[in-house]
Amino acid sequence: MNGLDQPNVIVDHDKCIAGKGCRACIDACPLDIIAFDEEDGKIKQVHDECWYCLPCENDCPTGAIRVEIPYPVR
Amino acid sequence: MQIRELITDILVIGGGTAGPIAAIMAKAKMPTNRVVLLDKANARRSGAITEGMDSVNNAVIPGHATPEQYVREITIANDGIVNQRTIHAYATRSFDMIQKLDSWGVKFEKDETGDFAVKKVHHMGAYVLPMPEGYNVKKAIYKQIRRIGVEVGNRLTATRLLVAPDRRIAGAIALDSRAGDLLVVRAKAVVLSTGAAGRLGLPASGYLFGTYENPTNAGDGYSMAYHAGAELSGLECFQINPLIKDYNGPACAYVTGPYGGYTVNAKGERFIKSDYWSGQMMLEFWRELESGNGPVFLKLNHLADSTVRRIENILHITERPSRGRFHEGRHANYRSDLVEMHISEIGLCGGHSASGVWVDEHARTTVPGLYAAGDLCNVAHNYMLGAMVFGKIAGEDAVDYAEGVSLPAYHEDQVEFERERVFAPLTRERGLRPADVEYKLRRNVNDYLQPPKVTRKMEIGLERFAEIRSDLQSIKAANPHELMRTIEVHAILDCAELAARASLYRTESRWGLYHYRPDFPERNDRDWFTFVEVRKGDDGKPEIFRRAVPPYLFPIDEAERSAYDNLRIAPSTAVRIGANA
Repeated sequence: MNGLDQPNVIVDHDKCIAGKGCRACIDACPLDIIAFDEEDGKIKQVHDECWYCLPCENDCPTGAIRVEIPYPVR
Repeated sequence: MQIRELITDILVIGGGTAGPIAAIMAKAKMPTNRVVLLDKANARRSGAITEGMDSVNNAVIPGHATPEQYVREITIANDGIVNQRTIHAYATRSFDMIQKLDSWGVKFEKDETGDFAVKKVHHMGAYVLPMPEGYNVKKAIYKQIRRIGVEVGNRLTATRLLVAPDRRIAGAIALDSRAGDLLVVRAKAVVLSTGAAGRLGLPASGYLFGTYENPTNAGDGYSMAYHAGAELSGLECFQINPLIKDYNGPACAYVTGPYGGYTVNAKGERFIKSDYWSGQMMLEFWRELESGNGPVFLKLNHLADSTVRRIENILHITERPSRGRFHEGRHANYRSDLVEMHISEIGLCGGHSASGVWVDEHARTTVPGLYAAGDLCNVAHNYMLGAMVFGKIAGEDAVDYAEGVSLPAYHEDQVEFERERVFAPLTRERGLRPADVEYKLRRNVNDYLQPPKVTRKMEIGLERFAEIRSDLQSIKAANPHELMRTIEVHAILDCAELAARASLYRTESRWGLYHYRPDFPERNDRDWFTFVEVRKGDDGKPEIFRRAVPPYLFPIDEAERSAYDNLRIAPSTAVRIGANA
C-alpha cells in the first residue's frame, strides 16, 4: 500500500496505537482516505482527497494526528 | 466480487443529518420494524455536520418567531417559489426538534434566564440560535441510533434505487467501497437523505475536494431519484455562498453578525443590509467583486478582544474547525486583519437554496414509497434543523406506508445492469483516471453554468457534458475506492446536465445570482411564477415541465414581496436584477 509522498494528514507513529487495533481515524474520515498498512503496521493517508474537516484528529485517542490545510488551499 | 442481499422494512440512505433522524423516528414509531441505515462513510461522523454546527439558522421558537412569520420570510427570500405547506410543516415542528435535541445533550446557547438566545440575522425576523458547543451534534445523535437499535451499514455507497414493475420503490443497490462487493437491499420504503450536490462546480482553488459542502455529498441522491422516476425541482436555483477565500468555508455571518461582524468592500464600506444568505444578497456580493470595489472582506477588527475570542471559540472549534489554522498559516488575525471573502462554486442544495427532489409536506417524492429529506429535498432554506424535521416526517410517514404494502418484487435486470455499470472500470486495462474526468467535468461546469447564466454558454456546456458522458465508458479504476469515485462522477454529470437544462428552460431571472440570465434580466411573474421540474421520460431523456406553485397558506402583500430585492445599502447604478417585470 502506498502512502502519499506529501500527505497533509500527518501521523505521529510514536503516539499512534494502530498496532493495538485502534482504527478511530480511519472510521472517522468521511472520504475514506486513511488506511492501515498491513505490511508495516502503520496508518497512512492513501488518497489526496482531504476536506480538512478534522474528525480523524479529534477522534484520535492519543493525539497522534495533525491535519494540515492541503497545499492548493493553504 | 460478491452480490449480497438484505431485506428490510425501511431503508434510509445517507447517515448525515436527516437520515439518522429518519431512522431513529421510524424505529421509535414501530420498534418491530427492521430499519437499516446506509452510509458511504461511517454514520458516526458522516455528512455535512461531521464536526457539528455553529448555529441553527432557522429556529422558530415561541416568543421569538411564529411559524406564520417564518413561512412568510422564506417565501419572500425565495422569490415566491415555495410550497408553503412544506415550509409550514417544518416551522410548526422546529421547536419540538430543538427540545428533542436539547434532551439528547445537544448544546444551544441560552441566556441568563435559561431561554434560548435567539439572534436576528435574516432580513425581517429573528431565527438564528448559536451553538457555541455544537461540535457534539453527531455524537448525540449516534448515541440514539445505537440506543434504539437502528442497523447501520457503513462504507456502502448506494448507486441506484430498485423500482418495482408498478413503479413503486423496491429498495436500492449499493457498492461496498472497501470489499468491492455489491449489496442489494430490498425494502418496502426508502428514505433518501444523501445531501447536496456539493461536488458540482470546481472551487476557485482548483482543488477537487476543497468544496463548500462535504465533498462526499456528490449529488448521488439527485441522480438516484432521477433514474427511479422521481421529479426533481428547482435545479436552476443554484446554491452559491459567500465564503472565506481559498479555505472555502463559511466565515460565518450567522456567527459573527450577532457579535457585530459584517461584510465590507475594499474601501471598508458596508454594501449589504443583511448578511443572511439569499440569492439577492449573493448578487450584490458578486457585483461588488466585479465592480472594482472588491475584494470583499469580513470585518471583525473593530471588535473587542473578548468578543473576538468568543467568535474564535465557535468558529475554530465547530463546523469547520480548521479555519483557525488556515488563518494562522497566512498570519491573519481577526483582531487586526480583514478576512478576504469570495463566492463559492455552484451546487444544488435544497437546504440552502431550493434545488432538490420534489417532496410534499409528508416528505413524499412522486415515486410511491420513496421519501427525501435534508439538503437533497426541495424544501427551501431548510438547513440543518429542517433536515432533521423532514427526516422525522419522512421516517414516520414511511412506517405508515410500509404497513400497508408487501415487499415489492423487482426485475433482476436492474441488478445485472448495475453490476456492469459499477464494476466495468475495474476490468479495463487502460483508461482515463476518474479524478481527471471529474476535473474536466467540473471545470466545464464552472466555464458554462456559473452565473451569469448565458444561453449560448449553457448550450455549449451541454455539448461538453455529452462528450464527457461517452468518456464514462473509458474510465479505469484500480480499486473499489476508485469505483466509488467513478460512480460519483456519473452522478455529478447527471446533476450538471439537469441543472443546465432546467436553467435554459426558465427564461427569466430570479433568486438574484442563483438564476441570473443576462439574456432575460427581469423577473417575470406573469410567465414564470411556477416551479420548474425535471424527470426522466419514458424515452430515457429528461423531461422539463412546469408545476404550479400551490396556493399560499399565508398570502404575501405586494409591499412585502420585494423586501429581499433591496438589500444594497447605497443606491447602485447597476441594473436591478430579479426585480418585477
